Amino acid sequence: MQMSHPSDPNPARPGLSRFLPPMPLFLLQPILKRVVARVARENPSLFNRLGPHKTARFVIDPLGLPFGLLLIPNPEALTFRAFNRRDEPASDARIGGKFLDLLGLMDGGADGDALFFSRDLDVSGNTEAVVCLRNALDDVEGSIAESVAGMFGPPGRAALAGLRRLAAKKGDPA
Amino acid sequence: MQSLTLGPVIYHWKPEERRDFYARIADEAPVGTVYLGEVICSKRTPYFEGDYPDIIERLERGGKKVVLSSLSEVVLKREREMLAAICETEGHEIEINNTAGLLDVAERPHRVGPLMNIYNDETMRYLASKGATHFSLPVELPAGVVGEMAKVAKGLGVGVEVQVFGRASLAVSARCYHARAHCRTKDNCQFVCEEDPDGMPLKTVTGQAFLTINGIQTLSHSYVNLVGEIAAMQAMGVSHFRLLPQRVDMVAVAGVFADRVTGRIDAAEASARLDALSMPAPFSNGFWHGLQGRRQFGPKVA
Amino acid sequence: MKRPELVCPAGTPAALRTAVEAGADAVYCGFQNATNARNFPGLNFTPEEMQASVAHAHDHGTKVLLAVNTFPTAGRFNLWREAVDMGARFGVDAFIVADIGVADYVKRTYPDIRLHLSVQAAASSPEAIRYYAREFGVKRVVLPRILTVPEIKQLAREIPCEIETFIFGNHGLMVEGRCSLTNYVTGLSTNMDGVCSPAADVHYDKQADGSVTTRLADFTIDSFAPDEQAGYPTICKGRYNAPNRPDAYYAFEEPISLNLSGLLPALIEAGVDAFKIEGRQRSRAYVKSAVSAFRKAVDSILAGQEPELADLIALTEGQKQTEGAFKTKKWR
Repeated sequence: MQMSHPSDPNPARPGLSRFLPPMPLFLLQPILKRVVARVARENPSLFNRLGPHKTARFVIDPLGLPFGLLLIPNPEALTFRAFNRRDEPASDARIGGKFLDLLGLMDGGADGDALFFSRDLDVSGNTEAVVCLRNALDDVEGSIAESVAGMFGPPGRAALAGLRRLAAKKGDPA
Repeated sequence: MQSLTLGPVIYHWKPEERRDFYARIADEAPVGTVYLGEVICSKRTPYFEGDYPDIIERLERGGKKVVLSSLSEVVLKREREMLAAICETEGHEIEINNTAGLLDVAERPHRVGPLMNIYNDETMRYLASKGATHFSLPVELPAGVVGEMAKVAKGLGVGVEVQVFGRASLAVSARCYHARAHCRTKDNCQFVCEEDPDGMPLKTVTGQAFLTINGIQTLSHSYVNLVGEIAAMQAMGVSHFRLLPQRVDMVAVAGVFADRVTGRIDAAEASARLDALSMPAPFSNGFWHGLQGRRQFGPKVA
Repeated sequence: MKRPELVCPAGTPAALRTAVEAGADAVYCGFQNATNARNFPGLNFTPEEMQASVAHAHDHGTKVLLAVNTFPTAGRFNLWREAVDMGARFGVDAFIVADIGVADYVKRTYPDIRLHLSVQAAASSPEAIRYYAREFGVKRVVLPRILTVPEIKQLAREIPCEIETFIFGNHGLMVEGRCSLTNYVTGLSTNMDGVCSPAADVHYDKQADGSVTTRLADFTIDSFAPDEQAGYPTICKGRYNAPNRPDAYYAFEEPISLNLSGLLPALIEAGVDAFKIEGRQRSRAYVKSAVSAFRKAVDSILAGQEPELADLIALTEGQKQTEGAFKTKKWR
């Protein structure tokens, strides 16, 4: 398994930081917890699709963000938390990519294969677990991002719309 | 040795090499049946078709039964006509390697070759009811499945054959990869496959020996070797054991297998004798064990 | 002009609903086991999902074709029988099969349900197709991707059943149903387990210089420079060395996708009854783009207009596309 990752390949991200200002991780954790609890509640079949990979530890590495994310999609002990890049936890699989690509993937808006074919996603470790997670998320209808943003009311939706506009802009580093 | 068979030559050997090969097989190889015919590429046949009557006569004089093998890929008019012609043959049994042959043969007795997909007893039973008398099973079938099918075959009174020596056929295609390697197309191949009488090796970019190209066919780099499994196969009712011709001393190979099939030598001695023949590729038996085909397991692996 | 059926992939219930909404005339799908040739992790349908999905598709006038298109091994035939029985109970519109034993079971048990011959059966000549039509009453053959358009036209005159051709998606090079490459390397069989280059054996090894080596189990399949487009490590899309090829080359085919959008009118004219979009393993986003684009294209052609084709290239492997064998015999 490959645990090393580039330090910061994308230092200039003025647009993105407007919407995601650096935030102390302890403030982020309860939000992530609510997010994942809600997705799990609304999509119980997701876990059936994950089968044996429910207990896999996924590290999600949004390039350019100051933190990484650890996901263990186990309904018995659901984990989704941010970690400081200095102490990345052990993982079974690692998915790196631009934040908006990762968001799009989660959302059914982007095609994982297409992203991978174009090298926008970087997968290492247990590839089967990643493929399985991708397929399971793909069966979640509607937009996970939309519903997450909705949890935070109008500011949440505005932030998401802002992110999407950024993504749509050609040549944007995000 | 009646239960030992020699599969068709799948590579493009020169006509004189083929004649010499079969002359030696006729005189010296302890095999009961020889499959003869072009299975891979219809373009090759004009090279040696004319020699078949002599080769057949020679083999039969040597006490071998000759079965005519037919093409695995049948798309073009030329290929369809070749297959139809073989299916109308009288006087020799035929082995069918493409479903088109099942139509052509019109329920007359025939054998079903290893490039047909016979994976279960239902399929076997169906084809047996329409004239199939003998089944050479796909090379990827594991022991357990072969055992089940051998049981049913016994009840049906049909033969069951397993490839015990030679490269495993892993894929066929409409495209010729020999021609492609030489930047040609299939129609313009200039018979470049003739340069590789034991197939063209493909290595990975990290230098691992991996696959073997034979025109439209992709084979394993390793030679399947099931000499250690002969007793188990006999116990489960496999009736015939196929040796696929490689560019090695096939008479010696046949001798080892014949001694093992008759029980004159044990598996360890048979393995040692094959090892001593210093083959150009490693052995494998993974498919038989239901695992990675490329792997070679010792006698204890079940 | 005959109206060809647009047959679309559904790897999950959500993808099925997406395909229905995007204008599929029919969707094809399978259960979560070895009975279909896309037995990939996290994909496919539970019996309950299948039942609900068939109902949903039928409510919207879309047909459901159940893929039961792998080869059961002796001792496991019941699993395939159960898949067929469930499909019949849920009211699927056709079974897509490859194995002779399975075809015979469908014919004997459900003579009123249509039987389609999977591409996995590799029926590439009029004789082979006529055999399946005569023996099992096959109503449609899914053609291997190896024939030119004129050859398809000629074939159509010689067979008693409908023709379905692939028009978009993965460009398989080996004769389907005859490939044991994956089994040789991983121990899982395409024919017996419905698996091709299983993700569990896939490894991406990033090198210090930013290049990536892709591996399937123990074998290196390809190596990509830092700025090069990557491909999933499928054996028949890898780069290798041969004695006269000291520089690694695509020995079988480069990572490329089939896109016949430019040949649709010719295919209709040749007598093709159904167009198939490959990609049950792909996402909803892929299904939506590909199905919508081809829906519009087919409708335009039928209306006598020049088809406007959305750019599908981003969805293609290696972001390259080909008309493969359909365009020219030189492909062989």
